[in-house]
Amino acid sequence: MHVPVLKQGDYLIASVQSVLSDADLLQLRDDLADRVGQFRSRGVIIDVTVLDVIDSFATRMLRAVAHMLKLRGAETVIVGIQPDVAFAMVQLGLTLEGVGTALDLEEGLSYLDRPAKRNLKHGK
Amino acid sequence: MANETRVSISSAADIVTARQKGRTLAMELGFDGSDLTLVATAISEVARNIVDHAKRGEIILAPVNNGGRLGISVIARDEGPGIRDVARAMEYGYSTRKGLGVGLPGAKWLMDEFDIDSKVGRGTTVVMKKWL
Repeated sequence: MHVPVLKQGDYLIASVQSVLSDADLLQLRDDLADRVGQFRSRGVIIDVTVLDVIDSFATRMLRAVAHMLKLRGAETVIVGIQPDVAFAMVQLGLTLEGVGTALDLEEGLSYLDRPAKRNLKHGK
Repeated sequence: MANETRVSISSAADIVTARQKGRTLAMELGFDGSDLTLVATAISEVARNIVDHAKRGEIILAPVNNGGRLGISVIARDEGPGIRDVARAMEYGYSTRKGLGVGLPGAKWLMDEFDIDSKVGRGTTVVMKKWL
């Protein structure tokens, strides 16, 4: 199912609405890459609260999207990974290295609002 | 008791169908919480392995009963090119293709039992089980 992308100030919010097929993930990647340019967005939130499975392919795609958007000048934060999903990802040895994560949409927004503080914490 | 379910796999969309049916069967059998997610994720990985390497195959989901102990059995079968070096394919991080090399070893970690039989030119069968 197509993932709607909303513009909110300097940010884009992609809310995943149902299970994602591989094609949906690829579409999302292309949509976000386009819109970051179109709206000159500085941050992107991908809300995956409804996903009941994040397998190795989905992880690789989310990571690729985040790294690609970074090259386009936007910070990405993945929000809403459910506890069971996080557990399965850890069991699989999957990480979202180099990608921002936050508990939910609210935390995701404040994550993007505090880039200076975040960089300080990472010792940059 | 629920019966065997077969899901034929020939496209990425079928991966989603297979893991949803697996989750439903596991729930009917009494699995809950994180176990449902582990089973669904393992199915996703083996189904993707079929799509990526063999193009088509099937996933067979069935209840199993070992002396009163209930569980779910997931068989992933294809008649694809087979795996030349199974030991290598089961090494974490080893991938012949675009993947992370996580699929098969990852599925093994998510389940309680995992067996793989592959013959070059004949195909691959993965049998995995999770017990309640």
